[in-house]
Amino acid sequence: MNFETAYAFWTIVVSLVPGLACALLGCFLLLKRMSLLTDAISHGMIPGIALSVIYTGSLSPVGIMVGAIVFGWLTAWLTQFLASSGKVTEDSSLGIVFTVLFAFGLILIKMFLAHSHIDPGCVFYGALETAWRPGIRYPAPLLDTLRDVPHSLPGMAVGLGLTLAFLVLLWKELKLATFDPALAEAMGFRPRLIHYLLVGLVALNTVTAFEAVGAVMVLAMFTVPAACARLFSDRLPTMLVCAAGIAVVASLLAYPLADRLNTNVAGMIAVVLGAEFALALLVAPRYGLLAQGWRRLQLTLRIAREEILATLYRRAETGLPTAPVLLKDHGLAPLLVDWASRQLVRHGYVTPSDHGLELTEAGRLEAASVVRAHRLWETYLEKNFGLPLNHLHEPASEMEHFLGPKAQQDLTDDLQAPPRDPHGKEIPGK
Amino acid sequence: MIEYNTLIVLIGTSLLGLSAGVVGVFAVLRRRALIGDALGHATLPGLWIAFWLTGQRSLPILLTGALVSGVLGIWVIALLRKTTRLKEDVAIALVLSVFFGAGIVIQKMLQARHSSGASGLNDFLLGHAATINRDDVQLLVSLTLACLAVVAILFKELKMVAFDAAFAQVQGWPAGRLDFLLMLLIAAVILAGIPAVGVLLSASLLVIPPAAARFWTQRLAPMLALSGGMGMVAAFVGTFLSARFENLAAGPTIVVVAGAGFLVSFLFGPHGASDWMRPAPRLEEPAP
Repeated sequence: MNFETAYAFWTIVVSLVPGLACALLGCFLLLKRMSLLTDAISHGMIPGIALSVIYTGSLSPVGIMVGAIVFGWLTAWLTQFLASSGKVTEDSSLGIVFTVLFAFGLILIKMFLAHSHIDPGCVFYGALETAWRPGIRYPAPLLDTLRDVPHSLPGMAVGLGLTLAFLVLLWKELKLATFDPALAEAMGFRPRLIHYLLVGLVALNTVTAFEAVGAVMVLAMFTVPAACARLFSDRLPTMLVCAAGIAVVASLLAYPLADRLNTNVAGMIAVVLGAEFALALLVAPRYGLLAQGWRRLQLTLRIAREEILATLYRRAETGLPTAPVLLKDHGLAPLLVDWASRQLVRHGYVTPSDHGLELTEAGRLEAASVVRAHRLWETYLEKNFGLPLNHLHEPASEMEHFLGPKAQQDLTDDLQAPPRDPHGKEIPGK
Repeated sequence: MIEYNTLIVLIGTSLLGLSAGVVGVFAVLRRRALIGDALGHATLPGLWIAFWLTGQRSLPILLTGALVSGVLGIWVIALLRKTTRLKEDVAIALVLSVFFGAGIVIQKMLQARHSSGASGLNDFLLGHAATINRDDVQLLVSLTLACLAVVAILFKELKMVAFDAAFAQVQGWPAGRLDFLLMLLIAAVILAGIPAVGVLLSASLLVIPPAAARFWTQRLAPMLALSGGMGMVAAFVGTFLSARFENLAAGPTIVVVAGAGFLVSFLFGPHGASDWMRPAPRLEEPAP
């Protein structure tokens, strides 16, 4: 590999490995409503890293890992401790503990480590750019074959490996503990132990991801893939696959984009993740904004169609002419009414005539069903709730769109097939 | 010996600490602590876009940009909570990290493009009291005084919304608009804090002093006074130390001083650790 390819390859790998682990664990954090825990840990562990470097005088990865995990754990514990005192709300407690520890860590770095190799900037925007240097020499000859592997990668690989092992080995226990900890406890599955294992893995992967993308963007790597996946799926396995896919795409796209724009790769990962989320928010099949809007439009159109049919039916009943401008008082936009009428014509429920619209035979049957639902509901309300006559029409106008054949039959049976509604109007039969 | 410029900055940040402490009491009571943090982080892209478009490092312009993107971030959080199945904590985490990432991307692009004019952009991440000039202080002081004035005028209304928004609504108070006003106050304090404390830590000034004051008193008025006082002292001491020692960034120093105040309050306040360590009163009869 030439220099550019190797650089691109390793930079992507170094962001991909922790990204995958974070995305998988993030799904469980999201479901357990613990998404902000990573924010607290990634900020709170900075004094641990700084103290370990000050104490050992070197950038030994093991020392950094130990310092970071101890302080990450301390942050999680302190937050819970303060919140359990009852005087500080949970969100304040989180905000206080990690910001103070973060500030303390920043001061330590600035005061004692200004001349060491720790770049305070890496706290904010990670160190992906410097992750790989050509020909890093490892002391042991066996490892020398791996001499191109970046320093930070082994730790990351361990993090990902442990995460995968955790998921595979404790899959059903983890699932149960996530969705119903009380049941898990009752069945003897020790959900608390699983919880601590999960937090431990989160801390471990937060440390490795922190090295790559810095304290703030870690949060994006944990949260955004899981949030996208949540919009796409209701099933845990699908969710995990989705989240992993989102993370992979972000890592693959971020490096070329950042290289092109001459900017920071870690920030670009967060931006690409954000863009993926925006796309998911728009197009997700069930929970996306477009799908929601489409469903709402379909419902509105159905209601408009049924209103038109019912109005035509009532007019035919009383012998009133069917004026072309119908439904002015139904609160529907004229455009929607137009649209709905055209649908009715196309489906053969109504035909245009000289004085507006006229019901066909098929249309009369449909309309009768809506009017039947309306009048049955009025009768039901009158009988069971004793509402005055002028309070019946409005609720029935809403309910008529949601009473199918089954509910209508039940109402008919319950009311012993009433011939007329409380206003004395005939309830159409089937 | 304190220099004239340092003195001006000290006065400015102390006032900032005071108003952050006061506004923060309402923010904490309304559980806006983490939203404030998200707002702080979300200001970063707007700050740099304003700088990019105008090419000037004038504080009013930068803060206007910051306000726009901060409010946009809050709006996205509200939108996600309303239209999707995602919970608020996820929405906060998402906005906070993605907006901050966008800010870093733009900042690095600017730094690569004009290496000289964009020096010291990192000052906005952690605050840098020494680069604040007299005009800036004037802006910050008027912002914070305006916040204090609003709190003084609408004290009764804010109190009601903070403790029982539903009741306020039923009583015919515009609870929604008062809530929005509170959010604006929070935004104003965070923006005013950016030059001295930085976008990463600006929101913590709203949280730490009120939480510390809570360990001393259970009543709102003394809590406001205490919280404001603590915010002021923390900001003063932090800025002073940062001006004295070159290696100390103002933001982290102020936050650590405030954190020390919090610890002392927790340990020695009458409603702090002592109150909590006391064994719970035993019930005469077990509940059925």
